[in-house]
Amino acid sequence: MTTAFIGQPVSRVDGRQKVTGAARYAAEFDLPRQAHGAIVRSTVANGRIASIDSAAAERGPGVVAVLTHRNAPRLPYSPHKGAVDPQVGERLHVLQDDRVSHQGQPIALVIADTVEQARHAAALVRVTYTPESWTTDITRVAPVQPTQQKTDQGEVRPPATRRGDPEGALASAEVKVEQTYIHPRENHNPIEMHATIAAWDGDRLTLWDKTQWVHNTAEEIAAVFGIPAQNVRVISPFVGGAFGSSLRTWPHVTLAALGARAAGRPVKVMLSRREMYYGVGYRPHTVQQVALGASRDGRLAAIMHDGYQETSTYEEFSEALLNASRFLYSCPNVDTRHRLARMNVHTPTYMRAPGEASGVFALESAMDELAVALNMDPVELRLLNEPERDEFKKLPFSSRSTRACYRAAAERFGWSRRSAQPRSMRDGRLLIGWGMATATYPMNFAPASAMARLLPDGTAEVTSAASDMGPGTWTSMTQVAAEALGLPIERVKFVLGDTRLPNAPVHGGSLTMASVGSAVQAACRKAREDALARGGANDLLEAVRRIGQPVEASVDTNPGDESQRFSMHAFGAVFVEVAVDPDLGETRVRSMVGAYGAGRIVNPKLTRSQCIGGMIGGIGMALMEHAVLDARNGRVPNANLAEYPVPVHADTPPVMEAIFVEEHDLHVNPLGVKGVGEIAMVGVAPAITNAIFHATGKRIRELPATPDKLL
Amino acid sequence: MSSDEITRREVLVLTAATGGLLAGGQLMWGPVSPAAAQDAASTPTPLEVMLRINGKEHRLTLDPRTTLLDAVREHLHLTGSKKGCGLGQCGACTVLMDGKRVKSCLSLAALMEGREITTIEGLAQGEVLHPLQAAFIERDAFQCGYCTSGQIMAGVACINEGHAGSPEEIREWMSGNLCRCGAYDHIVAAIQDAAAAPSATQGG
Ligand code: FES
Ligand code: FES
Repeated sequence: MTTAFIGQPVSRVDGRQKVTGAARYAAEFDLPRQAHGAIVRSTVANGRIASIDSAAAERGPGVVAVLTHRNAPRLPYSPHKGAVDPQVGERLHVLQDDRVSHQGQPIALVIADTVEQARHAAALVRVTYTPESWTTDITRVAPVQPTQQKTDQGEVRPPATRRGDPEGALASAEVKVEQTYIHPRENHNPIEMHATIAAWDGDRLTLWDKTQWVHNTAEEIAAVFGIPAQNVRVISPFVGGAFGSSLRTWPHVTLAALGARAAGRPVKVMLSRREMYYGVGYRPHTVQQVALGASRDGRLAAIMHDGYQETSTYEEFSEALLNASRFLYSCPNVDTRHRLARMNVHTPTYMRAPGEASGVFALESAMDELAVALNMDPVELRLLNEPERDEFKKLPFSSRSTRACYRAAAERFGWSRRSAQPRSMRDGRLLIGWGMATATYPMNFAPASAMARLLPDGTAEVTSAASDMGPGTWTSMTQVAAEALGLPIERVKFVLGDTRLPNAPVHGGSLTMASVGSAVQAACRKAREDALARGGANDLLEAVRRIGQPVEASVDTNPGDESQRFSMHAFGAVFVEVAVDPDLGETRVRSMVGAYGAGRIVNPKLTRSQCIGGMIGGIGMALMEHAVLDARNGRVPNANLAEYPVPVHADTPPVMEAIFVEEHDLHVNPLGVKGVGEIAMVGVAPAITNAIFHATGKRIRELPATPDKLL
Repeated sequence: MSSDEITRREVLVLTAATGGLLAGGQLMWGPVSPAAAQDAASTPTPLEVMLRINGKEHRLTLDPRTTLLDAVREHLHLTGSKKGCGLGQCGACTVLMDGKRVKSCLSLAALMEGREITTIEGLAQGEVLHPLQAAFIERDAFQCGYCTSGQIMAGVACINEGHAGSPEEIREWMSGNLCRCGAYDHIVAAIQDAAAAPSATQGG
């Protein structure tokens, strides 16, 4: 019997639950006597509530209560900032006063016996406003320097960096590219809409919530209500996709708890699809200027990358827009500057590959433009500017497999058959284009805890309050645990998603495998060693049988000083073939090959799913996704899945490949993993728009590349 | 948003309060929702509805506005059918009605009397998974699993309709079912596998 499970294509351990409908998501833990909440939202972008008349709603059949700022209890809202919250500014306080700062801000909660009654009564609440002037047009906002920025890892991220003499180098460069790239607002749009069920028992609260971080939700809600965090239990075994939308604890979670307290019974709040555009964050609209200077032979002399993004009036959300430009290529003269456009919108948040997805779109588009200006193969140009070390952090890379990725993906794709000239490749009347881009995403490793419990019958239960929004935490942790324990997978049960379990970090930033995985491995190894020692046997089953009672081991793992010694990132390369219809302007992606150097791959089957899923997300970003913000009033007129198109089955390229190049990184973390959830999204959009240029000779600098831009 | 509606009187009040702002044409109000036109008294009378779901009869007293999806999820606590939009746009709520796929969020429960409804919970034969369910696990045709019930129900119908002849055909006929995790490639492979399996046209 082998127990070498890491690296095996194990099928999902929760697969049966998911294909039979037995897996339960947040809204599916109905409780006896449960009532339903419906949220009334503001219809102005800035101002005060002049009057709010809830009499008709209160008379509605089945209505239990209507909460507004006039009758809702004043909540303590003690300071709380999780690593997922903007470090500057203060979160939205719900139903605490008459202020409205954006369209769609919650201004009342109706609680009724049924969901139909609650929604009906919500429509009966009458509100008038005293509007104040507002800012919802990013083209008319003067962007400002952020106060301060921290990464989700808590380290300070400089808003501006500089090395060498970028202006001088650019001025004297033989070849230059200077362009502006625009990325519109995008919404996560997980198929599961956000939902919370709240139930109080005295001053103890239980929340069934869609969250990527149960412990932070508990701490946030405890701070809001002024109760100890241990009084709040958060349960979230399955998350129906999130991509960042469930990192923060949004106002509807507070409203569910508030409603349950007011009603004296459990309350469920499920957002509508439209509400998903007004209350759970989004990837911000960004405007980026990139200037590249190079010598005739293609060596980068200057990189200047200046970008700004929208944020709300009450919080400064910043993403790592410019990170990649600081280290991805070797260049002595680099200037990056990040700014914020404060508007009357709700605060944006992290969305899959936050910062990198938009920032690398700008950088890699500019690199392609430079290759064209130099008349050089785009892969050649990148190879020529490969850095030996991270020139920003002045540290060696823990590992960097860009060269291997270019080679593997180019080979699989057949890049050598590319004819360089735009519009030179055709299939009948369709224009064919081949493009590529580099991808990168940091390796994140956060403190985590896990507990392993070996039972006398030779089975084990391993726990950590981690989350699984889709990548397969349930399965990969079971694999790591089984291997470390030396038990068959069927004998190991991994449990996650409950604040009663040992602390886990946020499920985001591709850090779960590294962080929780390392804790699980350590806890299981310790439990095994303890059992063998105590049982006085070489065989684990024999040892636990002799001991006759459970053997438990709890371990906390912490990152060491590796981030001081190494620059740690996953790297990759994406190659794309598009076909553009010259008469209709429609772009279809026909083939996409991504190669990734992401350390050890725990489960190639699930990792492939995650990677092709990220690539599909990239197709959405490149070709269709755009949450339109009506500049006149801050509304999102296309706040639904019909008018905000996302990729469907028919958009899937017939050829999709994810290649994992062999990479042994001993520095990053005990498991040697880097995570792939984010990097799979990075580089896809520029690879597609670069391919569109190759097909048509038209450069798309403002996403998405819709037909109107290609006609 | 449920508060988009505003009465004409309130627009006038607001106009008075804001003066020049409105003149600049910067305010845009949503249409008056039909619900707002109703008052609390005009409440629909609950209906007795007999639903036949997965071979079992269920007598329910329902608000006539209740959709089939809300009836199974909220009233029968059969939560395998998912709600991803409630607008007919995502397919997560797909069930079979007399063997044909329908979006249960667009179907009123009260109109389903006499119909045979199959949800994901009714697809397996006891412990034995439907070939498409098994193929979904084998092919890793999902990540978060939230679109999965709808994909499987639509996939079963797609096979039964004879629309699973090639990957291209499957992609076309499955495009009403969104998967934000992007599992499409594997879903198509699973449908192909199941279409080739001898017992694939069972169930539903
Ligand atoms: S919930 Fe029915 S189509 Fe989305
Ligand atoms: S598996 Fe997550 S939406 Fe399809």
